[in-house]
Amino acid sequence: MIRLGGIAAAVLALGACAAAPDKPRPAAAIRINEDPFPSTYQRYPGVLTVIRHATVIDGDGHQIADGTLVFGDGVIQAVGGPELASPAGAAEVDGTGKWVTPGIIDIHSHLGDYPSPGVASLSDGNEATSPVRPEVWAEHSVWPQDPGFSRALANGGVTTLQVLPGSANLFGGRSVVLKNVPARTAQGMKFPGAPYGLKMACGENPKRVYGSKGQMPQTRMGNIALARATWIKAAAYKRKWDKYYAKGGDMPERDLAMDTLKGVLDGKILVQNHCYRADEMANMIDMSKEFGYHISAFHHAVEAYKIADILAANNICAVMWADWYGFKMESYDAIKENIPFVHNAGACAIVHSDDANYIQRLNQEASKALADGVRAGVPNLSEAVAWEWLSRNPAKALGILDKTGTLAQGKMADVVLWNGDPFSDYTRPERVWVDGAEMYDANDPRKRPVSDFELGQPGEGDVK
Amino acid sequence: MRRRLLAALLIAAAAPAGAQTFAIVNGMVARGDGSEPIRDGTVVVRNGRIVAAGAGVSVPAGAQIVDANGKWVTPGIVAGFSRLGLADVDLAADGADDTNNNGPFSAAIDVVPAINPLHQTVAVNRADGVTRALVAPGVGKSIFAGQGAVIDTGADMDPITRPRLFQFVELGETGKDKAGGSRASAHVLFRNALREAAELSRYARPITVKGERSDDVLLTRFDAAALVPVLKGQQYLLVHVERASDILAVIELKREFAGLKPVLVGASEGWTVADKIARSGIPVIASAVNDLPASFEQLAATQSNIGRMRSAGVNVSIGMIDDNDTRNLFMERQYAGNLVALQKIPGAAGVSWGEALAMITSRPAQAVGMGAEIGSLAAGRRADVVIWSGDPLEGASAAEQVYIDGVRQPLDTHQTKLRDRYRYLPRRDLPEAYRR
Repeated sequence: MIRLGGIAAAVLALGACAAAPDKPRPAAAIRINEDPFPSTYQRYPGVLTVIRHATVIDGDGHQIADGTLVFGDGVIQAVGGPELASPAGAAEVDGTGKWVTPGIIDIHSHLGDYPSPGVASLSDGNEATSPVRPEVWAEHSVWPQDPGFSRALANGGVTTLQVLPGSANLFGGRSVVLKNVPARTAQGMKFPGAPYGLKMACGENPKRVYGSKGQMPQTRMGNIALARATWIKAAAYKRKWDKYYAKGGDMPERDLAMDTLKGVLDGKILVQNHCYRADEMANMIDMSKEFGYHISAFHHAVEAYKIADILAANNICAVMWADWYGFKMESYDAIKENIPFVHNAGACAIVHSDDANYIQRLNQEASKALADGVRAGVPNLSEAVAWEWLSRNPAKALGILDKTGTLAQGKMADVVLWNGDPFSDYTRPERVWVDGAEMYDANDPRKRPVSDFELGQPGEGDVK
Repeated sequence: MRRRLLAALLIAAAAPAGAQTFAIVNGMVARGDGSEPIRDGTVVVRNGRIVAAGAGVSVPAGAQIVDANGKWVTPGIVAGFSRLGLADVDLAADGADDTNNNGPFSAAIDVVPAINPLHQTVAVNRADGVTRALVAPGVGKSIFAGQGAVIDTGADMDPITRPRLFQFVELGETGKDKAGGSRASAHVLFRNALREAAELSRYARPITVKGERSDDVLLTRFDAAALVPVLKGQQYLLVHVERASDILAVIELKREFAGLKPVLVGASEGWTVADKIARSGIPVIASAVNDLPASFEQLAATQSNIGRMRSAGVNVSIGMIDDNDTRNLFMERQYAGNLVALQKIPGAAGVSWGEALAMITSRPAQAVGMGAEIGSLAAGRRADVVIWSGDPLEGASAAEQVYIDGVRQPLDTHQTKLRDRYRYLPRRDLPEAYRR
């Protein structure tokens, strides 16, 4: 396209010199590079592996008591019962008494952009200089040496995570989806082919952060007004660029912020919307319809249970904690049955952490939510169903369900072998594979990632 | 016990009243003293106190019987370090939060008037089997936060079990900041405070008597007087430190001020100096699962910290230091379960099930000299008893019956009422606001 554009420009110049009266044809449009920081992630080598006699939860609602899982060349090759044959040359793992699941996907993390140690120099999660900052990209804040990544892998069995900007802003910026594999650069962790997300926020945080500075938004109505005004600009920007791409001519002036919002309106960037209260989620849904975009998920949706039917009808996932409550006014109505109630309404329920510690125990959070649901009489719940909250549903809300999130043939071999039932507090990951490469083995100290920051420090390479 | 009577009358009519004798039979009884659970156990309660607990315990004639149906029975959870009762909502909810402390006084502060037993945070934790908590005031402008209490979570207006049980001081990173940016400054502030207390300790009534003080005093008379019992060892001194060198500095302070009864709070790097802590005899209330270098004073943090300190002979218990300390005390039993899990991880140090339970029941009580009162099912202890749906160290288990001082507690909360209101969403003849 660039070459063509150049030729078109040359033709135009010639035409001007010849002083021909013909109306000059507009230059063909030049496409903007939508992936200027491309993923450089490459899977590490793995061996053809078969795990036998394990309890297999496939992430898609099924459980196999004496299960067999075969993976190699980075992908799941077969899932089944004891009858499944081992391919020739496969390394065999005895899973007796152990459980196999898809790797956990944390759809809401700030690892890397709010890393450990939590010092101001490394605090890069909120560009709280304007409530509208869709131009910032979380990946440019991600410090790949955050020791939290390794804890999430080894203690939490987390193989994929979405790192989001914080929630100070109505438009916080772009998120990035990462493979939980250590790398020198953020690009080296970027999940190949994962769509971008746009972090939006409603509620207390934006109005508190900017209201205290005496600027808009100071109220919830200010939140919505400013968000709508921004979408109006984005729609105009999109019209300009759509016209340019269709007809060519002078390239419109680029605006990084509007690029991101245009990506949302084009359906290429998924909206990840921080929103606690039921009434505010309803407002956000109406706003999305007004401007023609879809909300992929409401994050921290503490009151999702109040409108689970509306979320189901609008195909919006709810991203929730099991039992966090009361840390701010908009979390006051948290209930422990939120996750199972949302699931029961036919909506897509997701367990998330938002925290460098909780990300290490998401299986236990799902376990509590499952038990609370069963106690409340929610029908048809099981561990196999609850695992959907940990891998399948977050993969769906991230637009990567075709690649990972369940143990289906051909998908990425993102696999955790647990040393017991992962719905127990007594269970930990024993081995973790990402794209079929073993990244953690509890029995092998050499298979324990240690970040640059930890080298030479007390406790380097400890079990953690 | 009379104070409990009203609450008792308000809840389920069949519940044993505090003054009665009742026996929980057929339980999987864990006493909270470090021992493992016992099948077919019995717990006998009379006048709000434990009479006996274990296997082969006979039920007194006339005792009301509560059949545990084989379920788990333990002492109530004792939150080792918390701010329970100080806040209903933590952030930007004016009036619902008493954790700030920016007034003119420090050590003199007594946390008691700040505690509201009707906060939902108290109810939520009660409903999850937390029956007692060590409550420290939040630190303000000084390294000294003031005097903390032990409370119960009972549904009544009398939450204080023991007021002014301990003084709380920050001597790590927070203390450094409060003291002007250096631990050296924090330590000289600390020593000076004890010097001023020593001066006042000469007087029988150091506040009201017109006792002489040096010219160069920093503390108000009220604050200095509040430190007299700390100096004399009549009040525990909870010291928050995380870094190994800070822990050793506290051990040194105990050598210097022989009367001090310090308790280390936090101690993320405790495992690196565990033998020295053990020799000092200083108990530790630690975070259970901190494993990140969250700050430069926690670089060596590992979930094996507690297990390793325990192996070295340290008296360790679990607290919620800087971890949702106003609200999520119920997480302690999950954390305790996680320490049990570490037993299966090569290179890690876990603890036995019985010891893990003790770390959230009797051990924190013992750390502040309350072991004879609360935290276990031993004879004579206050009858704080929980019957659980399953193994209490599994977060998935729930408290089904909670007794405090022998009084059965209500377990409904703001949350359970919302749950019931929104269990079914289809529109009815009246709005949701009419459902309760």
